[in-house]
Amino acid sequence: MPSCDAIIIGGGTNGLACAARLAASGRRVTVLEAAPAMGGGASTVEFAPGYRVSGLAHLVLNLDPRVVQGMDLARHGLGYATTNLATTALSATGDHLRLDGPFGAHAPGLSEADRAAWAALRSRLLAFARVLAPFNAMAPPRIARRAGNDTLRLAKLGLGVRALGKEEFREFLRMILINVADVLEDDLTDDRLRGALAFDATLGAWLGPRSPNSLILLLNRLAGAQGALAVPQGGMGAVAGAMTRAATAAGVALRCGAKVARVLVTGDAASGVMLDTGEELHAPLVISAINPRVTFQRLVGPQHLDAGFFTRTGHIRSRGGAAKLHLALKGLPDFRGADPTTRLVIAPSVGVVENAFNAVKYAEVPDAPVMEVILPSAHGTGMAPDGCHSLSAIVQFAPHAPENPDAARAQMLEAALRQLEAHAPGLRGLILHAELLMPYDIAAKFGMEGGNWHHGELAVEQMLFLRPLPEAAQYATPLPGLWLAGAGSHPGGGISGAAGWNAADRIIKVLK
Amino acid sequence: MKDHFHTPLRQTPFHPRTSALNRLNQWGAWAGYTTALAFDDEAMEYTAIRNGASLYDLCPMVKYRITGPDAAAYLNRLTIRNAAKLSVGGVHYTVWCDDAGKVLDDGTLFRHGAEDFMLCCQERHLPWLLDSATGYEVQVREVTEEVAALSLQGPCSAAVLQAAGFDMCNLRPFRMAKLGFEGVEITISRTGFTGDLGYEIWATPAQALPLWDALMRAGAPWGIRPIGTSALNLARIEAGFIITNMDFIPADQAVREDRARSPFELSLDWMIDWEKGHFTGRRALLAEKARGSSWALVGLDIEGNVSAEGSLIYHNRKTEVGHVTAAAWSPATKRNIALAQVRRPHHTGDTLWVEVYALRELQYHKLMLRAHVTERPFFAPARRRATPPGAF
Ligand SMILES: Cc1cc2nc3c(=O)[nH]c(=O)nc-3n(C[C@H](O)[C@H](O)[C@H](O)COP(=O)(O)OP(=O)(O)OC[C@H]3O[C@@H](n4cnc5c(N)ncnc54)[C@H](O)[C@@H]3O)c2cc1C
Repeated sequence: MPSCDAIIIGGGTNGLACAARLAASGRRVTVLEAAPAMGGGASTVEFAPGYRVSGLAHLVLNLDPRVVQGMDLARHGLGYATTNLATTALSATGDHLRLDGPFGAHAPGLSEADRAAWAALRSRLLAFARVLAPFNAMAPPRIARRAGNDTLRLAKLGLGVRALGKEEFREFLRMILINVADVLEDDLTDDRLRGALAFDATLGAWLGPRSPNSLILLLNRLAGAQGALAVPQGGMGAVAGAMTRAATAAGVALRCGAKVARVLVTGDAASGVMLDTGEELHAPLVISAINPRVTFQRLVGPQHLDAGFFTRTGHIRSRGGAAKLHLALKGLPDFRGADPTTRLVIAPSVGVVENAFNAVKYAEVPDAPVMEVILPSAHGTGMAPDGCHSLSAIVQFAPHAPENPDAARAQMLEAALRQLEAHAPGLRGLILHAELLMPYDIAAKFGMEGGNWHHGELAVEQMLFLRPLPEAAQYATPLPGLWLAGAGSHPGGGISGAAGWNAADRIIKVLK
Repeated sequence: MKDHFHTPLRQTPFHPRTSALNRLNQWGAWAGYTTALAFDDEAMEYTAIRNGASLYDLCPMVKYRITGPDAAAYLNRLTIRNAAKLSVGGVHYTVWCDDAGKVLDDGTLFRHGAEDFMLCCQERHLPWLLDSATGYEVQVREVTEEVAALSLQGPCSAAVLQAAGFDMCNLRPFRMAKLGFEGVEITISRTGFTGDLGYEIWATPAQALPLWDALMRAGAPWGIRPIGTSALNLARIEAGFIITNMDFIPADQAVREDRARSPFELSLDWMIDWEKGHFTGRRALLAEKARGSSWALVGLDIEGNVSAEGSLIYHNRKTEVGHVTAAAWSPATKRNIALAQVRRPHHTGDTLWVEVYALRELQYHKLMLRAHVTERPFFAPARRRATPPGAF
């Protein structure tokens, strides 16, 4: 007996978005989440008594507007400490560069020449991002005849690209696969700005700014909210909380502490799941909002999949280079006068970012990692005891598979603290507690293969109709009844819900 | 320093004998080995296959040993046929496909034990076989060089074996037996590629020369002859058997998108076991079954006596609808026969013509010959199945 119409594996933001959208189409949906709480990468944790931070993701940059409106997240309690977070590109000498407004709309600290060059480059990049953004809100097209593509919509998007005008269209083609370092060095001279932009382009990627195709990742980042950054009130757990309440209100059954061990197959179709406790749940529709590699390699297994496809699922590249640092501080650190309510970026030049990446190519820890620092306690109350502060940083690049994981973690922590101390003298003296999650810790804790931000590298060769693999790029998989809905699918990760929403749209369209 | 590049073709363990006997000095490359195309008279070699006894060096045949608790389950996912139904001591013909349901190769599967199989085929496939092994408790090993194999074919082959001290009278077709030869185990299977009574003998390289000598000595009264690939090819065409890379191209070697063929398109779909569970290519084949296939592999009976090798095939003399993949004037049936790939639906009607370019004293004559689709095998004598075999 089917327990419901659809089982969703994984209660991250994508699983929840997919569940809500499907429930709205009249289906009875059950979400199974292994962890004690819903949300996956969206959480708020108390990592030391009285000190709270976002457990993994800490900034909202591409939360899908369809999800925000469709789930009415504001009504379900999602509020923001700020929706227009400024960035400070830190300098070790105190000569910081402040970038205000979305994607550094105002940067009065730049020289006059750079200000004009930045204005031109910024508007060009934002225009390119606007052209790409609509692709994220639909199933990727397939390169095949009679593939069921939404031709009319694709034609419109194609027209959108052409509407850039002849010259800008040519620029678009020239730049789309270029590396970000070349663009920054061609157009700008300010190292602080170049470093911060190189950092943004490679955040969450397994690429350096000089790696081919790094610019498109910056465009992808901008495709969300044109570069606007937001800090949720109460940390990223607020997003998970609002989505959980919205899904519940829509009639979705949510179960935490339910780890799926296998996808059940009857005949030649997915028919349900088995939990690690042995409990079986049945449904004609099984939707995996967890990692695609894990889904095929471990939950489905080779006996139900073709050998070629199965082999390639094992080769989905998923190296993570981002580590997460949490510090409990007994006072406010002083980053040489920088505003603690801004996003503090330590990435003094393109070269420093590139060098930080070089180390992980050899599974080593970089001497001078780059990072993005948030002080959640500076944005609202309740994140740290009075007068104390919590610090949340994403530190790059960390090796995902070093020879000695414990030694690498200790070495990475030391390197990160050294960088922080250099930019905020005395910071180390304020530390009461430190926690560093390396990519392999993130993999173990959140089920992200290799600790990769996107559940599978977001890189040109794993994008659009190639994500995660051509045979599963439109959310349906070769196993009838099994669908994908997580960040490993188009358009990739972030606290977004886009992949889950797209998957639900596709399911509703195909299974009318 | 490696010096393997000095000998791009290897010699089989039988080479000391085959080279001594190869009076025509006709050699061809087969899977990295040098093998005899003919020894002294191709017609007499063919005659030995059909009227006496023939000995053929099978060593270059690619062989894999597949062992382990999941061996049968592994082979069921790999191949289209049901390997679990093959009993220990049995042999079956089989095929395996890529994800798109296009044929990678055909071969014979020997079940030596509950968890022990040998797969013989034309092309090398270790990467695919190993990829397919992920998640299965199974070991896959290429053993081509560890096995010395001979094919003893012809109506008198059972008598020759008997004279050599191997009583195979009760061995049924597609079964095998293990017995001792000079104190070491060998396997004899009632299999072959001639469509006639025949056996294949699987030994170790160390046993190769004594085995050859024993069979040649025992077979002398029946006029046993070593045969080359040319005579064998004629016999296999009469038997209607296909050869990888001659009658179809393996899907993983095809560059042109329209060259790969499915089991339906090679008329091998009778082997598909739809009930055994999933196997690689199953979903694509199911879709093809519903949609219909583009090609068929058929036997042709062509008017006249000019072999139609490599010819194009026309519907009503006009529209090109296929090509001949193998052809010969068949001495056993006295017919001009061919194997051909024909576009559906033309494989059933009686509208086919073959365009033959006959070379006559350095000048081609173009012939348009009527071709009739006909049953395969073209030649199927009752003796190939009789157990015990008739005494010839
Ligand atoms: C260091 C780091 C920092 C990041 N920072 C940001 C940021 O600031 N902003 C941003 O937008 N993005 C950020 N991200 C990316 C973001 O966290 C992910 O892309 C996002 O969480 C993906 O959402 P998801 O729903 O697809 O998957 P997840 O959030 O990973 O959710 C999957 C869920 O499935 C559950 N699960 C796994 N296996 C099973 C199973 N077998 N049975 C049942 N449940 C299971 C997991 O417990 C998890 O809850 C960051 C990523 C990393 C690695």
